[in-house]
Amino acid sequence: MKYNEREESGYKLVEMSGDVDLSCSPQARKQILACLDNCDVGVLVDLSQVNYIDSSGIASLVEGYQTAKKNNLNFGLIGVSDAAMNVLQLARLDTVFPIHETVDDRLQAD
Amino acid sequence: MQPNIDQELLFNLKLPAEADRLALVRSVVQRAIENAGCDNELAQKIVIAVNEACMNIIQHAYKDIKKGEFELELTRDKDSLYFRLIDHAPHIDLEKVKPRDLDDIRPGGLGIHFINEIMDDFKIGHLDNDKGNYMEMRINID
Repeated sequence: MKYNEREESGYKLVEMSGDVDLSCSPQARKQILACLDNCDVGVLVDLSQVNYIDSSGIASLVEGYQTAKKNNLNFGLIGVSDAAMNVLQLARLDTVFPIHETVDDRLQAD
Repeated sequence: MQPNIDQELLFNLKLPAEADRLALVRSVVQRAIENAGCDNELAQKIVIAVNEACMNIIQHAYKDIKKGEFELELTRDKDSLYFRLIDHAPHIDLEKVKPRDLDDIRPGGLGIHFINEIMDDFKIGHLDNDKGNYMEMRINID
């Protein structure tokens, strides 16, 4: 997994790429939670370059979503790749996470 | 847990129970099942299920053990693929290996749900000695 983060209109945007599996999901979890600790509006996770995500990667996203909710922050997914969407649908989480194609789409929806 | 004599062995892998071996498992499974005639959509799903089964061994069965190994075998009998996993970890609590209610939004516990959704059937059990567990998953690829 490769990981990048940047600021975007008060959000921390976390860009993940490659395979998000048990070998790196603990790191992804830490980074999402650290971003939530350190943002104004919330965290957006860009999954457009993710080739594979397993249930441990999904668990990191769920924990981010729940932590954001508890702290009155926003959380959402951006540009979910087909591979990641297949797993979200299997977990029936595709209707739980706010999902937008681009960051601009998300900002317009806020 | 021996494969039926009529089944064709497609591969047998023995690996350290470490998270950084999962990419190799996915790659081998993907190649083998595509060679066996799976279309890409089904192959992707099968890879998800097998990855989760291996992950359960690494994350849960060997949770308190520093070093361990597991075996993954794929055989084919007509239109069915059989994935068999064996570990040598302490016996797991079989009652805990069940799909959970997905309306309960929380991290964790999704692996068995994925396996249950994707595979046609699966069974788990203990090996006959005082250690070790097995899982067998079957899927029809016709």
